[in-house]
Amino acid sequence: MSATKTLFDKVWDSHVVHKIQDGPDVLFIDRHMVHEVTSPVAFLGIKNRNIPVMHPEKTFATADHNTPTINQHLPVADPLSANQLKMLEENANEYGISYWGLGHAKNGIVHVVGPEYGITQPGATIVCGDSHTSTHGAFGAIAFGIGTSEVEMVLATQCIMQPKPKRMRININGKMSKGVTPKDVALFIISQLTTSGATGYFVEYAGEIFREMSMEGRMTVCNLSIEMGARGGMIAPDEKTFEYIKGREFTPKGADWDKAMAYWETLYTDEDAIFDKELTFDGSLIEPMITYGTNPGMGMGISNDIPMASAVQGGATTYQKSLKYMDFNEGDSMMGKPIDFVFLGSCTNGRIEDFRAFASIVKGRKKASNVTAWLVPGSHKVETAIKEEGILDILTEAGFELREPGCSACLAMNDDKVPAGKLAVSTSNRNFEGRQGPGSRTLLASPLVAAAAAVTGKVTDPRELMEEMVAG
Amino acid sequence: MAYDKFNILTSTAVPLPIENVDTDQIIPARFLKATERVGFGDNLFRDWRYNQDNTLKEDFVLNQDKYSGKILIGGKNFGSGSSREHAAWAVYDYGFRCVVSSFFADIFRNNCLNIGVLPVQVSAEFLQKIFDAIEADPSTQLEINLPEQKITLLPTGESESFDINDYKKNNMLNGFDDIDYLLNIKKDIETFAENTPL
Repeated sequence: MSATKTLFDKVWDSHVVHKIQDGPDVLFIDRHMVHEVTSPVAFLGIKNRNIPVMHPEKTFATADHNTPTINQHLPVADPLSANQLKMLEENANEYGISYWGLGHAKNGIVHVVGPEYGITQPGATIVCGDSHTSTHGAFGAIAFGIGTSEVEMVLATQCIMQPKPKRMRININGKMSKGVTPKDVALFIISQLTTSGATGYFVEYAGEIFREMSMEGRMTVCNLSIEMGARGGMIAPDEKTFEYIKGREFTPKGADWDKAMAYWETLYTDEDAIFDKELTFDGSLIEPMITYGTNPGMGMGISNDIPMASAVQGGATTYQKSLKYMDFNEGDSMMGKPIDFVFLGSCTNGRIEDFRAFASIVKGRKKASNVTAWLVPGSHKVETAIKEEGILDILTEAGFELREPGCSACLAMNDDKVPAGKLAVSTSNRNFEGRQGPGSRTLLASPLVAAAAAVTGKVTDPRELMEEMVAG
Repeated sequence: MAYDKFNILTSTAVPLPIENVDTDQIIPARFLKATERVGFGDNLFRDWRYNQDNTLKEDFVLNQDKYSGKILIGGKNFGSGSSREHAAWAVYDYGFRCVVSSFFADIFRNNCLNIGVLPVQVSAEFLQKIFDAIEADPSTQLEINLPEQKITLLPTGESESFDINDYKKNNMLNGFDDIDYLLNIKKDIETFAENTPL
């Protein structure tokens, strides 16, 4: 066996408690996050077995999926949602788990607050009953979504049983062009791989484009790993990573920091390490992206035309069914299509840099009258920054309102539902049929593309609205 | 949670020849508000099965009397999307014990194995044969033989073997779940926990 290892191997192998022959590995979990939707049945499970939570200090609870984004100070009106929130609070209290519920100053989307408070750390294994747990891979953690049976396993034993995924590396060199954001880089990769192209793999993102990216940008990219089928994606930690996490509430301090750093500095892929699959793209060719179909792999450069069925991978019937749902035709241009809704937010694009990007376009312009816009910060911390940085003033001036934190219209469990037939430009992660409400139609895009649509009322290339780039 | 043991299943099957069937189609998010695992089968494929006024969409396979059985046959990349185990619960609760496809999304496959739904991955060619056979005759029976890891189209005897690791196979055959296994090695886990750096 080779002594050289990938970043993924280093973290995975150091967390294997036990190997089962012709079976999964028993993997130790360092950080477990739970939310109201996928945890109640897991808590019920340990209750029925009459066993305790093995390590309550390693589990963190936040309410996000099924919460209102207005009037959070009032009781939740929907009885089923209210009950789900109450169950989370009761379970957290009963088992001694830290709970950042609705109204708590640290409340927000689980994948936004984890990094904000330093719960997310390099070299950790992090799981949550949510597929976008892959977000935390931005810090060089192995982070992935699990089912409720596995949530129960972690509560009961701090372990899950997983076959080790194969290793894939995606290299992208070059710089992001004008108007291109980390979201576009991710949508580009998914459009190349399709939604199943990385199934069975754990991805490492490498190359200049990711090295140059901010931590928030890396989170957006890793967040979307699941959309190409990968269990997760990760980026080797570097100075930027350490700088980001230093001093946060749950980050090690003093001598513990030095000890942690000694471990974190070993977290990179050895030079000769072998990947099961390796892909390389030229980052300078990536354009602002937009999706036109009903899965995140159906994306293209915003100025392109919708591909003909004959030119795409996969079944023509499924492709045409998808376009029919979207009410688009093969060969259509996306540019200029009138839109009805804009959603800025989610664990993909609900961070402060996303709001800065959105504001950079709407500044000095007005929201189009045909557009309903939902601007939903990923957490209270993001909400506070929006206010403190003066972004709220820019948004208000342009005719936008800011809502309260939560997952909101990304999955439309709460009242933030796009009505049937309406077309939304959304910074979230899934454009599945009905994802944003029964019959809703979703175009996934970056905060810049969303902002351009919000002020023009139609699909617009944000580069047309951007200031000339200042050299240097 | 305990589930029924799986050994040999002989049944007709319901065909869903669509690719990339995602978890939001299997069970839309608005039906994830329950705090107990009951009733999810009612909302399986909710928006493909029902119109918005809750009347049946008669052309959808689950609403056609000619199709029934404990096996669901789906197109490539079945179960992509969310980690919601509710999708697997809905499949189980509706009455399916086995899903056959030429490719499964990873988390959905895991979730199925954890709750007693057997995911059977076959070649694209064999999948097409199954779809064709059911289209020609909806009463076509399939046999899923877990001990032998074999799926057979009974009318013609055509068969293919499928993969499952020994550990999970043993669990499915006996109705075991992973927590029983993990609790048995609790001492090892505790020792490991004392030595983790984080």
